[in-house]
Amino acid sequence: MSAIVSPRAQGSNRISTKTLNRIVIYGLLGLFALFYLMPLFVMIVTSFKTMDEIQNGNMLALPQHPTVEPWIKAWGGTCVGLTCAGIKGYFWNSIKMVVPAVLISTLIGALNGYVLTKWRFRGHTLVFGLMLFACFIPFQAVLLPMATILGSIGRFGTTLQNATGFRFGLGNPTVNLVFVHVVYGLGFTTLFFRNYYEAFPTELVKAAQVDGASFFQIFRRIMLPNSLPIFVVTVIFQFTNIWNDFLFASAYAGTGDRMPMTVALNNVVNTSTGVVEYNVNMAAAMIAALPTLLVYVLAGRYFVRGLMAGAVKG
Amino acid sequence: MAFLEIDGLKKRFGTVDILKGIDIDLDEGGFLVLVGPSGCGKSTLLNTIAGLEPITQGEIRVDGRAINDLHPSKRDIAMVFQSYALYPNMTVAGNIAFGMEMRGVPADERKQAIDKVAKVLQIEHLLKRKPSQLSGGQRQRVAMGRALVRDPKLFLFDEPLSNLDAKLRVDMRVEIKRLHANTGKTIVYVTHDQIEAMTLASKIAVMREGEVQQVGTPAEIYNNPFNLFVADFMGSPAMNLIPATIRAEGNALNVVLEREARAPILLPLTKAPAGLSVFQGKKIIFGVRPEALTDPDGAERNASTIATADCHIEVVEPAGSDTFAITNLGGKGVVARLRADANIQSGTDALLAFNLSKAVFFDPATERRIV
Repeated sequence: MSAIVSPRAQGSNRISTKTLNRIVIYGLLGLFALFYLMPLFVMIVTSFKTMDEIQNGNMLALPQHPTVEPWIKAWGGTCVGLTCAGIKGYFWNSIKMVVPAVLISTLIGALNGYVLTKWRFRGHTLVFGLMLFACFIPFQAVLLPMATILGSIGRFGTTLQNATGFRFGLGNPTVNLVFVHVVYGLGFTTLFFRNYYEAFPTELVKAAQVDGASFFQIFRRIMLPNSLPIFVVTVIFQFTNIWNDFLFASAYAGTGDRMPMTVALNNVVNTSTGVVEYNVNMAAAMIAALPTLLVYVLAGRYFVRGLMAGAVKG
Repeated sequence: MAFLEIDGLKKRFGTVDILKGIDIDLDEGGFLVLVGPSGCGKSTLLNTIAGLEPITQGEIRVDGRAINDLHPSKRDIAMVFQSYALYPNMTVAGNIAFGMEMRGVPADERKQAIDKVAKVLQIEHLLKRKPSQLSGGQRQRVAMGRALVRDPKLFLFDEPLSNLDAKLRVDMRVEIKRLHANTGKTIVYVTHDQIEAMTLASKIAVMREGEVQQVGTPAEIYNNPFNLFVADFMGSPAMNLIPATIRAEGNALNVVLEREARAPILLPLTKAPAGLSVFQGKKIIFGVRPEALTDPDGAERNASTIATADCHIEVVEPAGSDTFAITNLGGKGVVARLRADANIQSGTDALLAFNLSKAVFFDPATERRIV
């Protein structure tokens, strides 16, 4: 009799510890989620309030008279430094910088990964090691040397303009930032693609060679079409990093009408004439955060899948 | 002049010799199977023929033309890979046509060629599918289609059946053989499966550690192995290789097989190989295939020299078509292949017939066959 009863008792015991574990895990997860969502909640709520409500009400309360005025003002009318034309111009500055920077660094990273795994040469591990090392160089260490290089490029652009009447974008702050972010991002994009292509069947490349495809044909027709997961991972990673970058942006395009969104946002918040318009600041910050959010929502499901694919196959 | 000639081919990786001087010839329409245990260099050899790996020394000629410095696509070869290597992003039709597309064949010609090949391989209904939607056998067919559509001088197969389950493997084996018979193309085929090698090949090259051990027809390889390695590797169940002694009685030679706690077996040789006489009183390895060691009723009727001996049967394995009996001779387990209905019990003695005309002898020092 006891032989029948005791396993059951153990079983129910096990189930109850399991449930307890679940409660603790989900409780903690919920707490962390709350912790992270709170600032976002305050930002969204505040951005829809009038100034009166902000000054007299509770920070966490929902807006009594919701208004989109702060959003409109942030987009088109708030003062960034001395000009009061909103952040829309800077938003487009960021887009114009981020899109080429992300695409170029991702494509070159893919090409690097392809060469480092499928067209190995003597010393390929050393090259990869050095590229990996680039991931660990802090931004600050790059600032001054990069400023010198950009200065030279700018002077070369001026020379070109004097000679040909066209400077090919050299010395343009947006082009400078694209260049900086591509160079800085290559270490990461190469790492992503190399690890993905490491697990990519080499027989496909051999088959394509027998079929007569060239180096770039194999890359374009075989490698890239089968790289969607890692492509998405890299794009999200690069987009978030470059869009959110403040240091390079303020150092190399910190003044004038070419400054990116992050620098402009800082200037909006720091403009100290009269009352601090928290609702407008919050709306501007939300606008600045939207593109990265959008990229996550659109491509997020590939993000997890891509990370997993690399982890499991590698 | 043979169609495919491999001449003194060497391949070195750093200080490691992968291929140590390979010489193989194959006539047009031949089916050469490279067989050997893993790591013997057979796949590397195939890759060098395909041009996917450079060679250190030697020459490869196809139809009189040296190809070893040409790009894989210029060698007029087609290759079927172990993993099939179908491009996952393209349809079956796209996979088959990719090579033609790369060579700039016009679209309507490509379509005709695809349809023709699809008909031969019966994959017409699959042309619009992606490789991920196909079964293993279908993928195998598509991979062959991709090779066939090229109509090359030389087909290269790299263990094409090893990813299939046992039954499908037998079916596809027959299909490859039929394909070879119908097209008359020259094929080089790599496998580690000696049954595949025996059934498909018109010529087998047994390889070990970067060297060719023996090249010959399946029958030559099976019946007249050059050395112990070939004898042991080819055939399933493997050849019995029994330590023995040669003793002279009058002017005839006898093979003496020691047994535990019993009198040794004496097998008189009526047609001993000439080289065996110098081994009088010395140790040799006596090789006899399981089918040459059988019950007296099942022994080959027209075999010229049959000797019988009482053997203690340790294990009996009925396999349906045959019954395998395991006895102990010269300190080694020895497999005899009997008729399915042979009346035999384990733990008893039984009379076994040695077909000595099929027996082979090896020098234990050099591992070479004594002829």
